[in-house]
Amino acid sequence: MTAVLETRDHDVIVVGAGGAGLRAAIEARARGASVGLICKSLLGKAHTVMAEGGVAAALATVRPEDDWRTHFRDTMRGGKMHGSWRMAQIHTQEAPDRVRELEAWGALFDRTEDGRISQRPFGGHTHARLAHVGDRTGLEMIRVLQDRAIHSGVEVYMECTVIRLLVAAGRVTGALAYRRENGRFIVFRAHAVVLSTGGIGKGWQITSNSWEYTGDGHALAYWAGAELIDMEFVQFHPTGMVWPPSVRGILVTEGVRGEGGVLRNARGRRFMFDYVPDIYQGDYAETEEESDRWVTGDRTRNRRPPELLTRDDVARAITREIAEGRGSPHGGVFLDIASKRDPDYIKRKLPSMYHQFRELAGVDITTDAMEVGPTTHYVMGGVKVDAETQESTVPGLFAAGEVAGGLHGANRLGGNSLSDLLVFGRRAGLAAAEFARRQGAHAPVDQAECDAVVSGSLAGFGRVDGENPFALLAELQALMQRHAGIARDRSGLDAALTGLGALGRRAERASIPGAREYNPSWHTALDLRSLLVVTEACARAALERTESRGGHARTDYPNSDGALERMQVVIRRDGGAMTVRREPQPEIPPELMRIIREGV
Amino acid sequence: MAMRRFEVFRGTREAGALQEYGVECDEGMVVLDAMHRLQADQAPDMAVRWNCKAGKCGSCSAEINGSPRLMCMTRLSDYPEDRPITVTPMRAFPLVRDLVTDVSWNYEMSRRIPPFQPRAPDNPDGTWRMYQYEVERPQEFRKCIECFLCQDVCHVLRTHGKHAEFIGPAFLVRAAAYELHPLDMADRTGYLKDEGGIGYCNITKCCTEVCPEDIRITDNAIIPLKERVVDAHYDPIARLLGRLFAR
Repeated sequence: MTAVLETRDHDVIVVGAGGAGLRAAIEARARGASVGLICKSLLGKAHTVMAEGGVAAALATVRPEDDWRTHFRDTMRGGKMHGSWRMAQIHTQEAPDRVRELEAWGALFDRTEDGRISQRPFGGHTHARLAHVGDRTGLEMIRVLQDRAIHSGVEVYMECTVIRLLVAAGRVTGALAYRRENGRFIVFRAHAVVLSTGGIGKGWQITSNSWEYTGDGHALAYWAGAELIDMEFVQFHPTGMVWPPSVRGILVTEGVRGEGGVLRNARGRRFMFDYVPDIYQGDYAETEEESDRWVTGDRTRNRRPPELLTRDDVARAITREIAEGRGSPHGGVFLDIASKRDPDYIKRKLPSMYHQFRELAGVDITTDAMEVGPTTHYVMGGVKVDAETQESTVPGLFAAGEVAGGLHGANRLGGNSLSDLLVFGRRAGLAAAEFARRQGAHAPVDQAECDAVVSGSLAGFGRVDGENPFALLAELQALMQRHAGIARDRSGLDAALTGLGALGRRAERASIPGAREYNPSWHTALDLRSLLVVTEACARAALERTESRGGHARTDYPNSDGALERMQVVIRRDGGAMTVRREPQPEIPPELMRIIREGV
Repeated sequence: MAMRRFEVFRGTREAGALQEYGVECDEGMVVLDAMHRLQADQAPDMAVRWNCKAGKCGSCSAEINGSPRLMCMTRLSDYPEDRPITVTPMRAFPLVRDLVTDVSWNYEMSRRIPPFQPRAPDNPDGTWRMYQYEVERPQEFRKCIECFLCQDVCHVLRTHGKHAEFIGPAFLVRAAAYELHPLDMADRTGYLKDEGGIGYCNITKCCTEVCPEDIRITDNAIIPLKERVVDAHYDPIARLLGRLFAR
């Protein structure tokens, strides 16, 4: 069978239209490239739209002593010393320009009294550092970037899902995708491809992530022969909704704690005072009184509340409180801002949280505490990229944002994702456009390969008595939740791998009823293929890392192992099988090490 | 657990009808949850568009018992248990299948609005000063999640199909966000009067009523824009005299 395929040519294609993809597309277009931006959903609906708290950049508008070095130190320490020092350096040095650039493109951030961009405190950040718009910063950011992109001549392919990258002679030459609306396939020929597909959070049952987050970019890169790193590091955000059941996992912004919200257990104790780890001893308030004084404004003589520890530490503390029987009625803990801020302030600074709890849980957060618990939120790991260009180990293939690995190490700080998207989205777009400029004509499409992928993806149609893709997805999520969640051990991870193997075989026998037009059962079956790759990568890397660090906690290896601090687990496809190897990272240069050790 | 009855539109542009389903529902469920359960257990090929499930992305717009709403923010407990809940696609846009419509026209309208055009920076470092009181008014419009429910309910589009002449409330809100931006220099009054078709709006406020973000579309966006258009294009001197004598 030879499929007749619609073909589109671009210098650069960008897969994924969240913050990183949009920023990459804008930059590549500004450098003269013809750019196709391919998004799985409608434009402007990507996960960036849900980002709430803010974008971290050392603008120093609120705390003049802030600069990139302190932000760098916070990022490296927050990543539990595992991150790429060069990416962290570039990120913290360039983030302020990227935020100011958004303002020049029309973003309306909340203001300081003297008319500059206001900044709010967040977990793990020494100073108030998150530029924000109430608690809908991501919406503002994606709208500004979306406007900029469509007015600069980027061609957008909406509701179009890439299922394979095309590779010839060792470099990427395009991509094969299908359109949701009519189920037809489309081939993109391109000199360079930027992956900006986000994360893998749909692999777990309790998650803040939407249906799109199935690790497509990670899997596409893996199938194309690129290397993945740090896949064991998944961030479980400490505060997701827990009640009612249908909203379980929906994100409650860290901004609630940034604005003074406190965590209490069922006995009313502010338990975070009991969980300050050694590396942060002396950095956080030691009494409720000191913490209250910090919240009400005296931030130079008082230290910040322990609720603003990094996410890995807060999530583990909450998990332990619940496990030891001190949880709230619906299996969470209490997050209370009502007793710390007046109703008008809460509604102004956290309007969407107010709205979300009122509409979905019947809770008024200006008078009552919220019930919250950990939820799968973000993957620190991803495609291994060059820090300067974001190019993967496959020539012509770039990755930026959540799908790229390295910057956040073992744990990401809140607010560092939005600035990551801007800084490295721009760099990826720039490098992709430069790479494209050096190429000649488009490589011819390998029709036989495309035919094989197309027919493989259609195999479920017409199969009767096969597996229901929705049921397989639910089983995969339950498996990962149980065995590769916030606490892991060898036997659980082995069970996860065995279970994933069985699910993979069953997924080959999926049945798709109905036609190809906008058929979610078919989309789920295809998404499962990506999810099976990324969850296996996560479980294999988690087995390999015999220590606890950041988002990765092993109950059979509860401590950090200094020898593994700068060791990276690298995943690669070899001979059709997933291989795992350990690789040391480059040494941190002494002048940067001094900043991390001694502060600024 | 309780069995709830639903009547859901199934079909294409050519043929379709309401189909009855029974779905086991739990406490706190929203309409989107029920549609997902239906999809997983009974109708795997039922087309539903959604993303965030938290009222932030504006993807899951549909009509519930005939009124335009986000499925993810509509709780089942708001509807009487003894009657079926009807779920149908938005009517103002061409149907793709089941609950999904082709909303691409909106993206075309968005592209045509003259873009943001800032004044020269206030400071040598390329930055501007803006104050909170100045940004609050346009910030209201920037809450728009592009759910297009206001477009769906607007009778100019829904009943009269004036998609070629009128950009609809959603993009009047967008234009207002630019027009009231403290740094913006562009003049969109000509665009709004001609291509934008702002004159078609006769301020019935249906759009304001369905906005899930509580944007006061008519009062805060459309009416001020209409005033700007009138001031710029319909004999400003006569208008000024009229104002003076009215005092």
